[in-house]
Parts: sequence; structure tokens; C-alpha cells
Amino acid sequence: MTLCTLTIQQAREGLRAGQFSSVEMTREFLARIHELNPVLNAFITINDVEALAQAQAADERIARSEDTPLLGVPIAIKDVLSTRGLRTTAGSRILENYTPTWDATSVARLRAAGAVFLGKTNLDEFAMGSSTENSGYGVTHNPWDQTRVPGGSSGGSAAAVAADLCCAALGTDTGGSVRQPAALCGVIGLKNTYGRVSRYGLIAYGSSLDSIGVLAKTPRDAAIVLSVMGGRDPLDSTSVDTPVPDFAVAMNGSVAGMRVGVPSEYFIEGTQADVTTAVRAGIEQLRQMGATVKEISLPNTRVALPVYYLIAPAEASANLARFDGVRYGLRVPGEDLIDTYSRTRGAGFGAEVKRRIMLGTYALSAGYYDAYYIRAQKVRTLIKQEFERAFEEVDIIAAPVSPTTAFKIGEKVDDPIQMYLADVFTLPCNLAGICGISVPCGFDAAGLPIGLQLLGRAFDEAAILRAADAYQRETSWHKKRAGDRA
Amino acid sequence: MARLTVEEVDHIALLARLTLSDEEKGLYAQQLSAILDYAAELADIDVEGIPPTATVLAVHNILRQDDIAGVSIARDDALKNAPRTDGASFEVQATFDNKDQ
Repeated sequence: MTLCTLTIQQAREGLRAGQFSSVEMTREFLARIHELNPVLNAFITINDVEALAQAQAADERIARSEDTPLLGVPIAIKDVLSTRGLRTTAGSRILENYTPTWDATSVARLRAAGAVFLGKTNLDEFAMGSSTENSGYGVTHNPWDQTRVPGGSSGGSAAAVAADLCCAALGTDTGGSVRQPAALCGVIGLKNTYGRVSRYGLIAYGSSLDSIGVLAKTPRDAAIVLSVMGGRDPLDSTSVDTPVPDFAVAMNGSVAGMRVGVPSEYFIEGTQADVTTAVRAGIEQLRQMGATVKEISLPNTRVALPVYYLIAPAEASANLARFDGVRYGLRVPGEDLIDTYSRTRGAGFGAEVKRRIMLGTYALSAGYYDAYYIRAQKVRTLIKQEFERAFEEVDIIAAPVSPTTAFKIGEKVDDPIQMYLADVFTLPCNLAGICGISVPCGFDAAGLPIGLQLLGRAFDEAAILRAADAYQRETSWHKKRAGDRA
Repeated sequence: MARLTVEEVDHIALLARLTLSDEEKGLYAQQLSAILDYAAELADIDVEGIPPTATVLAVHNILRQDDIAGVSIARDDALKNAPRTDGASFEVQATFDNKDQ
């Protein structure tokens, strides 16, 4: 048995019982990363030295019978979360040599819980993308089929979990960037409620939409990490002071009596037939397990895409103004200061980031602000209200994660709108600020994984974790591993 | 139909502080127009009396004492990632320098 296939729960049990050490486990992971990363490109930076030191320290604490939720457990971190002393690029060449002097709060809490940091995972530059093809450090390959994308933007984290290069990984989800790659790589992807996890130290993309989530092998593992990360942080005023349950306990139970809403707007033409069939079968499975299934309607789903692609770029254009070549990152000297800013940003940002900055700047500019930005924020209110009404009648909502399984590398790079459509089923959740999870629910004809999306009320992650866990007790899709192929 | 001209793209690029190649300008004029066309369907939605979302949270102003919130960065650390410093400050071109002088 290799230690690389263990869940967090199994790793903790084995470490606690002294069956293996964190150093042994970390060495196995690092060896596997060095073997497979040249093929998969899931990691931008491999943290060999610090990881082994952390593992050594964890083993000493374990020997003293200390017990913290992630003590000695090897984890990967999306390279958009600040890690003290460890290079953080955000997938951008503009930050190629940037080393943060502080940890993101989510990272600090994992560190305090005893986690071992294996390295920083690849992503679409500044988390803008659905395929990880926008990375300044090369595309990540899907472990199920290396000619295909892993999804994005947390594609490196999803591929790393799928290929057993870590026990679990942190990702971020602004419009689907945890759930969509989780679906395309056949792993669990938990997007937490907006405000559940502090965004301090996350390199910001769309501040009203960004959330930090978990890519994991089981819903329980995602629950363990969420309980560690969640909760109020004085350094982020949008982190909410609401109790953080022990989700690994709160998720226990069955779906008997749970009301599952199925929105007709998520079952539309243009979705791959295998996806619809697998998701429908997953919902039927929940019904057979005792859930009540109810058709619902979320009519504004169809406009979530344009709403998102006005609001997120607008926020991005403001957030990315900080990359001016003064305090950190690349500097390309120009004739005067403004020319230096413009040359630096023109050279340092990739095509998609520039496209979104341009779009956002336009949507916020004089004469267009009301017509585009404010109007989009009003329609966003309608989308949010629609979810609130739906959640009066149902406890969770079930839908596809992505309209297709993993697509070919290069297939959509020249057509931004086709690429944006990959997120059509994940964006509404971010606009409403609620939580969601992607759960493996089948394979297409080519053997590529399909994800079932379960959406929950704000701060009710326990419900979607419970449903996902109950579903996996009755199904075996998650047992087929990409690692068996790699 | 939104049709951005290259002149408009130039203006946005200036506002966004982005130096773009002629090829990029042409491409963005076309692609941004297509995306804005897609956004045009929002004009058909009745938003009369609907407030814009400022935040999805039910939070109001968060107040705290006006003191250092526990973390502070040492000057050397703050300067560590800068492309140019004089050892004590970030170095940039003069803001009001006139290149013709």
C-alpha cells in the first residue's frame, strides 16, 4: 500500500497509531510529485525542504501525543494564497519572484493545525479561467487523460488530488474554480459560503465573489479542512462571526427526508448527454435513499453568465491595479511613471487577465457604469432572491457542475465566450454567496469523470456535506481513481 | 450591438494602465464587443425598484479601535520584494517629472 492514496482521516489514524510517520508519508508524496509533475505540471513550486521540516516537527509532536486535526498531513496549496517565505506567483509572470512575508489566514490556520505544505499548485493566472491554460507557468494536464485540461482555475489542486500527489489541496472559487476542476478531475470540490473563510492573504480577483475552498478525496476530508479554516478573522471584515461547527460531526446522518430541488434551467440543450444522464441518475439515487425530489425553477440562471462577466472583471480591474511594479513584482521601465506602470502591466499580465481588466475598466467607466455594472448588480440581487425563495421549499439543490467533461487542451483558448460557458452552472452560486460541492457521479463514454453539484443555503455546508457523504456510501464512482492510470 | 473601436480600446487601455500591441488592440476590440453583446440581454430584465447587491452578507460597518491590528511588517520585509529600493524606501520615477525637461 502506498501512503499517497490515503485520505486525511486515514492518514491521521495511521499517524496517531504510529503505523507510519509524517516524514515517511511526506517523502512518498515528494517522490511521487517529482516523478509525475514533469508530465502533469500540477505544481508551480515544490516545497521539499520546508515540507520535510514540517513533517519532522509533526512527528515530534505526535510522539508527545499531541493531536491536532491536520497534524502531519501533507496538503497542497493553490498558488494564489500567500505562504510566508514560499514563493507565491498567482500563476502570473508579474509575480514570478514574489515571496510573501506573511501567511494567508487560511494557510496560517492549516499551519497551526499541523499540516505539511507540499507545494504551490498551478492555476489560471490570478484565478481567471476554466482550464488552467491561462497559467504563466504552462498548462496542467488532466490525470485521467493528459491531452485534456483539468478544468480551472484550481486545476493544479484538482489534478494533484486526483493523481494522489497530496491528501487534499486548497483552492479558490470565484465562479466555479473549485467545483468545476473537481468535476473534471473526479474529486470532491467544496466551495464554502462567502464569509465562512477569511480572504486575508488571498491575492484578490473578485472580492465580492472570491471564496477559499477544498479539493479532497472525500466529503469528510473537506469537512475537516473547512472546520480548521473557517471562522471570523479580524483581518477580513467580510469574514462572518458565525459558529463553525465540527463539520466532520455535523455532516453525519442520512438524506432521509431531505428536500432536493432540481432546477429545470440547469438541464438545457448544449449540455453533453452523458453529463445530464449521470446527474439525473445521481438525483434518482438520492431519491431512493429517502430524499424528496422536487422540480424547481431559477429563471434568472440564464443571465448569470453576463452578470458575472461584468461584476467579476470590474472588481478585478480595481484589485489588479496594485500590480504597478513599485512594491513587488516585475518592473519594465518606461519614459515616465505612467509609462512604467503601463509597460510593466502590459508585459507582466497574460492575455485573459488583460482582457478582463479591459472589460472591467470599460464596465466601470464614465457613461457605462449604470448601464453595465449597476444593472448587473441589480440582476445579481434577483438571482440571490431567487435562491432564497427556492431554499424556503428545498434543503439543497442538485444540478450538473459543468456542461461537459474535460475538454481537449487548446480546444477553447481562442474563443473566450465558449470558455466562459464552462462555468454557466457554477457562477450563480458565487453571485448568491451560497455554498456548493462537486461530487463524482459517473463517467462519460470516454471514461472521463462527471460531477454532481449540490448547492446549499448560506452557512449550511453541513447539509451538502451530509448529502455528498451519504451518496458516496451508496455509490462507487469515487473509488475509481485517476492514480490507477497515471 | 456594441462595437468597440480601436480608439475606444486605446482609451480603456490608458485608463487601465496597459500597454497593448496593435494586434492585441484589434483582438480586444472584437472580443470585448462580442462579450458586451452577450451582456446586452440584461437590458431586457425588469430591475425597477431592485437594489444593486453591494454584498451578499447581512453585515454592516465593522468597527474596531484605531490601533495596529496585531500584524505589522518590518521595513526590510516590506522592501524585500520591491524591484528597486534605496534600502529605506521604494524607488520610483518622479511623479511630476516632465520627460521633455
